[in-house]
Amino acid sequence: MPLTDEQIERYSRHIILKEVGAKGQNKLLKAKVLIIGAGGLGAPAAMYLAAAGVGTIGIADADEVDLSNLQRQIIHGTADVGKAKVKSARETINQMNPDVTVNTYRTFVSSENIRELIRDYDFIIDGTDNFPAKFLINDACVMEKKPFSHAGIIRFKGQLMTYVPGEGPCYRCVFKNPPPKDAVPTCKQAGVIGAMGGVIGSLQAMEAIKYIIGKGQLLTGSLLTYDALTMEFHKIKLPKDTHNCPVCGEHPTITELIDYEQAECDMK
Amino acid sequence: MPEITFDAEVDITDKVCPLTFVKAKVSLEELEEGEVLAIRMNDGEPVQNVPRSMKEEGHQVLKLKDNEDGTYTLYVKKVEA
Ligand SMILES: [Zn+2]
Repeated sequence: MPLTDEQIERYSRHIILKEVGAKGQNKLLKAKVLIIGAGGLGAPAAMYLAAAGVGTIGIADADEVDLSNLQRQIIHGTADVGKAKVKSARETINQMNPDVTVNTYRTFVSSENIRELIRDYDFIIDGTDNFPAKFLINDACVMEKKPFSHAGIIRFKGQLMTYVPGEGPCYRCVFKNPPPKDAVPTCKQAGVIGAMGGVIGSLQAMEAIKYIIGKGQLLTGSLLTYDALTMEFHKIKLPKDTHNCPVCGEHPTITELIDYEQAECDMK
Repeated sequence: MPEITFDAEVDITDKVCPLTFVKAKVSLEELEEGEVLAIRMNDGEPVQNVPRSMKEEGHQVLKLKDNEDGTYTLYVKKVEA
């Protein structure tokens, strides 16, 4: 579809870019990205994707906006406290950009629903804050052959990597299994500096955009870590060998999704 | 000198920078490799910037014609990157 005059103006700073142009902008307008978790990571990711004109954005989250979310979850405002996060997120996006269709899923992802949920999307963003969900998203994306961006944030640190089927290790290749529950603090107990979600969530949006327009190099086969206190980014090369992985390897032993138990304090 | 033949034309006299170049670029993207776009633009900023930006994108600037009414027409041949 040709871009309207309004779209040419709205996306002019994209269209000017050699790597994007009208062709790339049209790819963005046709793309479908699912964001799981409308929290510290998902909020900025959703907003940059919406502003970029990603035509369909799905948001899955079961929670309601809490006052303690607002320090970092910038898609929600004070008046949204008590509202479903997916509803609050949709309202913000609708205000930002009428070109975006928002699909909302007010649910926790589980082995029961995740494969069907991701099937319809081109790229998945893991914006969750717990290990069971991260492994579930990884395994489901491997099984459904969907590219996704993993990220995690805690205190003053953040990390992310990108999985593209056949182009490098998955999250389980690198991290094997969730840590024993209650062994590792989540950001709820440990705290997190609000802008960390902005840094890492925006990088996740950047990976999604590059995947969609097909330009540049993704964080496939690499883990990018960020330490805000020392102000250091590190790009760590991950082992190339994936064939022993229990989910993405040659002889997978995980062929059904697993619902790992969540740490007590993360349950509502 | 014979007139240049072109495959499509676009008028960017109603735009200001950077939408001048953006509108021309969008029109050029709709053409096939080797086809020629005629771009009508105002004197001044567009004449300074649009030909240069087109060259930077790798396209071939064929001619800038003075229409003697305060506008110019730029002929650009599309070169795929
Ligand atoms: Zn793997």
